Amino acid sequence: MERMPKWADVVLIPLISLLLAAVISGLVILAIGEDPINALNLMVKGALGSTYGWGYTLYYATNFLFTGLAVAVAFHARLFNIGGEGQAMLGGLGVALVCLYLPWPHWSLALIAASVGAALFGAAWAFLPAILQARRGSHIVITTIMFNFIAAAFLNWLLVGPLKPRGAMDPSTARFPEAVHLPSLHEILAPLGISFSKAAPANVSFLVGILACILVWVLIWRTRLGYEIRAFGHSEPAARYAGISPTKITVITMLISGGLAGMMAINNVMGEAERLVLNATEGAGFIGIAVALMGRSHPFGVFLAAILFGFLYQGGAELALWTNIPRELIIVIQALVILFTGALDNMVRMPLERLFMALRRRRA
Amino acid sequence: MTLMQKFLGAVAATALSAGAALAEPALIFDLGGKFDKSFNEAAFNGAERWAKETGGTYLETVMQSEAQREQALRRFAEAGANPIVTTGFAMSDPIAQVAPDYPDTMFVTIDGWVDLPNVKVIGFTEHEGSYLVGMMAAMASKSGTVGFIGGMDVPLIRKFACGYAQGVKAVNADANIIANMTGTTPSAWNDPVKGSELTLSQIGQGADVVYAAAGGTGVGVLQTAADEGILSIGVDSNQNHLHPGKVLTSMLKRVDVAVYNVMMAGTELQPGIEVLDLAAEGVGYALDENNAALVSDEMKAAVDAAREKIIAGELAVHDYTSDDSCPVLTF
Repeated sequence: MERMPKWADVVLIPLISLLLAAVISGLVILAIGEDPINALNLMVKGALGSTYGWGYTLYYATNFLFTGLAVAVAFHARLFNIGGEGQAMLGGLGVALVCLYLPWPHWSLALIAASVGAALFGAAWAFLPAILQARRGSHIVITTIMFNFIAAAFLNWLLVGPLKPRGAMDPSTARFPEAVHLPSLHEILAPLGISFSKAAPANVSFLVGILACILVWVLIWRTRLGYEIRAFGHSEPAARYAGISPTKITVITMLISGGLAGMMAINNVMGEAERLVLNATEGAGFIGIAVALMGRSHPFGVFLAAILFGFLYQGGAELALWTNIPRELIIVIQALVILFTGALDNMVRMPLERLFMALRRRRA
Repeated sequence: MTLMQKFLGAVAATALSAGAALAEPALIFDLGGKFDKSFNEAAFNGAERWAKETGGTYLETVMQSEAQREQALRRFAEAGANPIVTTGFAMSDPIAQVAPDYPDTMFVTIDGWVDLPNVKVIGFTEHEGSYLVGMMAAMASKSGTVGFIGGMDVPLIRKFACGYAQGVKAVNADANIIANMTGTTPSAWNDPVKGSELTLSQIGQGADVVYAAAGGTGVGVLQTAADEGILSIGVDSNQNHLHPGKVLTSMLKRVDVAVYNVMMAGTELQPGIEVLDLAAEGVGYALDENNAALVSDEMKAAVDAAREKIIAGELAVHDYTSDDSCPVLTF
């Protein structure tokens, strides 16, 4: 029997959790001697008050969209992919190789090839942890975390050595050629008569991200593979009994997950920096976990959560620029959001359920 | 819905106050941290001196990761800050991307290289300053072995090392110079633990004077040198006071003066390349009460003579970055 209506589960609980996180964050800001109302104003203005702010919010949201989807897909098979960070770094390498070493006549072709390159490299990075989990039972949480460090060290070596142009001091690749420049939202919206900030990095990969959301929804709920993934996630013995191979599902799910995480690179490497720098992912792989948790592993929820975290990220950058509130505080706020939506879910859910039950009884 | 209304209300309220442009200068500190007691802190001190003398205010931010540089530049430019001062060579590439979009804003790169009409490039002749402290190191050394500890292994830091080595060889042609770099990534600017380990290793090889050109990493070098009873040489800021009587001198790179001058010029700042050398007192060595007992009259006379010669052009110190090689030191 349903204890409360669906809308309460999907909308009300995350909103209340968010509000609780906001209140406690406000108290923290108060404790370090700043004005929380002013801080909220600054965040809203900085992230949503101009097309410039929106451009950055959507740019960050695109990153979180891909890593959030990556984690969400793995969640459906009850696999906890903590390796989004490393897979996204490797995705960056795939994008850089495609853009630097192949001549491209037009950005659209380059985007397709770069997406494939990013997904392949990201998936390859997820393959070893997946096969170790499936065959040897090495826990995927441990192996994917460790692979993040290996990815960081590997990219470090590449950017200091083979990929760095001669004579350059900064550890990064050369600039990508003009031809692979992805159109920004400014360039896309200008022909439609909508003016959008030229400076903001949001670009066409945001649309790719939305497309990925739809495809993931189709995959999980409208295909045979998606059904197998969900069945495997709910009960491994039952799935095995139904003739689903655990090894196959584990590996395929992780490959899809890694590929999605890797595809984040078309946004941050190809769309924004247009070269590969150290630490290009800026922790987006880890934020993807929070995004998937908050979005309840549903592509639409992931989309909303990604926008929320994009807002928090851009608003936080603004806070750090204009006040004495350190950028780290945003990590505190994000942590509170995760704490309330993920770990303390029942704290909000149980009283709400009781409330709805009471309402129903009165009506009956 | 109420939350949304609250958001929209906040947007409307703050949008009213957003229009006014401010012509404040902005200062962006690169990785390594604002309070590294060295390069970035010198920039901060220059800005603070400007703020105190003029009563002006300035915007500032510290980079936490490589990917934030462009956003910080754009944000300050969008807000109308002018000029926008950046520290460190790594800001060059982001400036080259951002500056053309804001032709009315002046960008300043200290240690970087950007050839654009609205960028001012400020460089220093670090090899000359390092030459002088190299001479002092050789004169203070009893073992004939001196050390150099660089931060990130880039041509700029090799320029320090090469100038230093030339100064050492000028005093003692048989001297042994041990040169180490802390790392190859920007984290090498802020790794005092590794700096300390490298110092111990150099002491183990007989060094009794070490020169740290490594930003925040140098704090570990100077600390270990003081603990182990050998002399050290600070860099960029005057670091003599960190361990009085144990820091031989500091190679001054007057980033503070550069930042102060740029902020003084404000919106009148002219683009171009400015090289601050010995004559302009952009580089030099530090002498104060903390190291007075360590610097003998003979040492001071020799170094000052060399300084005069370099300024007069009678003595040329080889610049590593001119041909990517060093005649007296191999890396």
